[in-house]
Amino acid sequence: MTLWWIGNVVLLLVIVPVVVILLRGVLNAAKAVTPAVDALRPVAEAASKDLDAVELLNTTQEQVSQTVAVVANYGASLDTILEDA
Amino acid sequence: MEAAAVVTLIAVVLVILALVTYLVAVILELRKITAGLDAVIGSVGGIVRKSRPVNGVVESINSDLSAGTDLLEGLLEKKAGRDDAAGLVESVFPGAGASVLERQGRTGEVKNIGEVYTRGAVQLARLGRESPLGAGAMSGAALRDPTNSSAAARMLYTHPSGPVADEPGGARHRPRSPTIGTEAQEEGASASDESKESGR
Repeated sequence: MTLWWIGNVVLLLVIVPVVVILLRGVLNAAKAVTPAVDALRPVAEAASKDLDAVELLNTTQEQVSQTVAVVANYGASLDTILEDA
Repeated sequence: MEAAAVVTLIAVVLVILALVTYLVAVILELRKITAGLDAVIGSVGGIVRKSRPVNGVVESINSDLSAGTDLLEGLLEKKAGRDDAAGLVESVFPGAGASVLERQGRTGEVKNIGEVYTRGAVQLARLGRESPLGAGAMSGAALRDPTNSSAAARMLYTHPSGPVADEPGGARHRPRSPTIGTEAQEEGASASDESKESGR
């Protein structure tokens, strides 16, 4: 009987507070994640919107190819016009 | 029931209540997090989708630009010589001359031709085909040969000294300057037409 009472005291004064503290820690951690995720949403949307201009890289690629081709033509003309060193 | 059993039951019930309360709260928070991540993952997917072709396109652009750079550097090296090519590039893009030397497989100090000659003088001198610029000192005889360096330019004209007569002993043909403006004579109209109009 005495051991039972000792067990009850340990249960009430140690086990229950420890369980509550641990669960509260988990809950606080989960609550801390929520605002971080909420803050992440506009950032991700803004980043996605910033990348809209990436499609223009295809145009840039074409322009660069055309420019290099023109430069090559100029180079060929200069090669004909100017003497070698 | 004994008192000890009642206390045990109360303690167990308290533990279970704490577990239920906190775990339900955690579940609710996790659901909020899941909903938030669902919203974020859409935007992240957009980022991934939009940035997927970047590598290929940028590599293609770099490849094109590298080809253009190699072409121009090769042309410059061919026309200006290995010694002056890096110096010319250095005069236009300070710091880039060393890269040219590296691509030539050489090391050493780059002579910035632009510090010795203005860009126009360098271009004119290059066209005149003199000794390598930047290799010599600033003092000394002029680099440009006024006689031989203009031979190519003079070859462009049949008579560089000026117009000649159409017939032996005749007047030199000098075409009139075109008249411009609203009252300009129509193209092809003769001088007699012009005199008729002036007699009216």
